[in-house]
Amino acid sequence: MNIMSEAAVEKALDQKMNTVPYKMIGKDVSVYYGEKRALFDVNLNIRENTVTALIGPSGCGKSTFLRTLNRMNDTIENCRVTGKITLDEDDIYDPAIDVVELRARVGMVFQKPNPFPKSIFDNVAYGPRIHGLARTKAEFDEVVETSLHKAGLWNEVKDRLHEPGTGLSGGQQQRLCIARAVAVSPEVILMDEPCSALDPIATAKVEELIHELRTNFTIVIVTHSMQQAARVSQRTAMFHLGNLVEENDTDKMFTNPDDQRTQDYIMGRFG
Amino acid sequence: MSMHIMSAYDEELKYLTRRISEMGGLAEQMVGESVRALVNSDLALAQKVISDDTILDEAERQIGEKAIITIAKRQPVAADLREIMGSIRIASDLERVGDLGKNNAKRVIAVAGSGIPRKLARGLEHLAELALVQLKEVLDVYASRSPEKANSIRERDEEIDAIYTSLFRELLTYMMEDPRNITPCTHLLFCAKNIERIGDHATNIAETIYYMATGAQPEGERPKDDNTSTLGAVKD
Repeated sequence: MNIMSEAAVEKALDQKMNTVPYKMIGKDVSVYYGEKRALFDVNLNIRENTVTALIGPSGCGKSTFLRTLNRMNDTIENCRVTGKITLDEDDIYDPAIDVVELRARVGMVFQKPNPFPKSIFDNVAYGPRIHGLARTKAEFDEVVETSLHKAGLWNEVKDRLHEPGTGLSGGQQQRLCIARAVAVSPEVILMDEPCSALDPIATAKVEELIHELRTNFTIVIVTHSMQQAARVSQRTAMFHLGNLVEENDTDKMFTNPDDQRTQDYIMGRFG
Repeated sequence: MSMHIMSAYDEELKYLTRRISEMGGLAEQMVGESVRALVNSDLALAQKVISDDTILDEAERQIGEKAIITIAKRQPVAADLREIMGSIRIASDLERVGDLGKNNAKRVIAVAGSGIPRKLARGLEHLAELALVQLKEVLDVYASRSPEKANSIRERDEEIDAIYTSLFRELLTYMMEDPRNITPCTHLLFCAKNIERIGDHATNIAETIYYMATGAQPEGERPKDDNTSTLGAVKD
């Protein structure tokens, strides 16, 4: 029996938070949709192997910021991003960067589960196939199995890998999407309200998964649920009207936040 | 602080605040009456204090229940969470204050008619006055939530400790003078200790209020001037 309990280890890990290196650095990030400015000089760094939650009222820019991290905004017409975002040392807005490769390194899970209209197996194998990460049948079998294991779905689907992914329940579909994201071995996983379409049990399973994935990946999650942010994250960033209001340890954020606007928002008071 | 979007939430928090204030008022009254009963050997008054304690116990239970329901329903965070946790702690401190008052009241029977010297009774009264001032002020601070005032109350507990120590010494002297004083004086010693404890509870409440208002624990050790634990020890 180890002397240090799991809780104590966790606490020690959390206390070391301030020494955790940055995986992604966002410097003076601004986003414009045509004439409209959606983000104002946001400086937010994402720590390695940490779950960072982005919270704030609707239209505050949290999803916009999330989408700048793997250049999802590129797909929106007349969306312009200024400032600098680096992944490790690489400037992700450098014209020399291959966006497809970037999105393999920074994966994404969306609000609504969106499996491909293919089999469960093919949903997971798709990424490794297009990125050339697996070649033989044995390699594909292995990557599919490990990814489904990591997403906590293997036991539920191992006997029906060739049935359509769309036939799974909502919660299972979302975990399939997480398995699909994990299959290409990304470094960072972005999640945009991954549980808002799920019931509490499916939500709990996804949250447990996020907790486990933290060991191998860096996770950024946008959520409307304060309690979810409190439950799954170690760092929390609060956005308001396109500005980053406060970024702090989650424990501090939910017991004694520094900013009045954070306080009002998380307590459900009139700002 | 601004209002909650859900007004029922504000009502629940207001309920806790109101009940705490009521408890505070009753606890204060019980302590005052118990000392008066002791000094005047008033058995009827002592009996009233003893029966009032059940009201205080019930209030603490109700506050605890309401707090649990509010936590379960609202999942409070930050200042709201501190407010509710603080209410639970303060209610339990006030319930203890009531218990101490009741304990003093119970001793009235043993002490009554033993002819305690006026001087001793006055000493006890003075100690109780100080503790009551502490308690009253801390309840005012609860209403205002001023962390500065909470801190100043905390620093004043020293005064009560000092008087308690001198009363302790006096009681020892009386016991040594005449063994027949031992019974009443022992009871009075417990009464004095009870009152000194009430000061400590007032200080606890001040610390809780400080935490509720700021989210931080008050800094530094609590000032202490209670030397009775070594009093009478033989020096080398």
